[in-house]
Amino acid sequence: MLMSRVLAALLLLAVVFGTLTGRMADVALAAVSGTQQAVELILSIAGTICLWSALMEVMNRSGLALRIANMLRPVIVWLFGKYGRDEQAAEAISQNMAANLLGLGSAATPAGLRAAKRLDELARRDGVRPDSVLLLIVINTASVQLLPTTVAAVRAAYGSPNPYDILPAVWVSSVISVAVGIFLARIFGKIWRGK
Amino acid sequence: MTNYIVPVLILFILAHGVASGTNVYSALIDGAKQGLTVVRDIFPAVLVMLTIIAMVRASGTIDLIANTLAPVLAPLGIPAECLPLALLRPFSGSGALSVGSEVIAQAGPDSTAGRIAAVMLGSSETSFYTIAVYSAYIKMKNTRYAVPAALGADVAAFLASAAAVQLLMG
Repeated sequence: MLMSRVLAALLLLAVVFGTLTGRMADVALAAVSGTQQAVELILSIAGTICLWSALMEVMNRSGLALRIANMLRPVIVWLFGKYGRDEQAAEAISQNMAANLLGLGSAATPAGLRAAKRLDELARRDGVRPDSVLLLIVINTASVQLLPTTVAAVRAAYGSPNPYDILPAVWVSSVISVAVGIFLARIFGKIWRGK
Repeated sequence: MTNYIVPVLILFILAHGVASGTNVYSALIDGAKQGLTVVRDIFPAVLVMLTIIAMVRASGTIDLIANTLAPVLAPLGIPAECLPLALLRPFSGSGALSVGSEVIAQAGPDSTAGRIAAVMLGSSETSFYTIAVYSAYIKMKNTRYAVPAALGADVAAFLASAAAVQLLMG
């Protein structure tokens, strides 16, 4: 619903401003050229999306994704305290994080939802507020991604000779954002009033 | 250095697969097929968003907003072209991809604005969507501080993207 209103508002802007600036011809043309641009973009990034989806599948089947997940266990204990030691929760959280790191969005969500359910059960059992669930959600909204392959494909499509040269900047920026998310979740968890 | 990351990573993934006795070829084919599904799933939203954004851009609105806000954003090191991307990022993944692609196309993939847009896209997520999916799944009625914490992380991602591009790639 929100998205529908945003789109309607954008179109209203285009028509009102197009009229005021006398650029209605350009606006009308954009209704055609925009679709062409979308087709060209999707075609030029489709190959990269398929290639990395293929490599991710290899990592899944060869057990590499699972090994990376296991390496994350200490981080999970540090983040989630005693709930990070619960076998069921830790397993799901580590799979969720590993999938996010590797850009496996479709595998990250099911594992993340399993983790959220388990953390919620544990919080209910202990009669505490589900701060661990909120921490998990916040970490997922700020996900650290090692290889932003789709963005690299977009850069290549528009002529970048080295589309992956943004990697160090992406890593720095996503680590900062996830750190800020974790920090805020912890602070708010202590001071947030009301249920 | 960055030239080595991707080829070496691909080599490592395949070599590990072969060494562990996985049927690497069939995994690649199946995975690529799943990739096609992803492409098919995001295309409709990208088409709608890119067309509407192209129309808004053609009307001169985006330039006007960018020019108006440029003096405010300049001290933070954020090019005004990236502002629509920052505003849309928490709401819509394919919308942000479309707006970001527009910035990369217009400013150039190796311009400062184009790089910042790419880093922003690579280092943030669709926060509202994520919160909605998780809270619906566990039937959490009150998400308490999830939204402010997630948006705080998004703001940090945008500021950090601009700073990282200028420090590491300037």
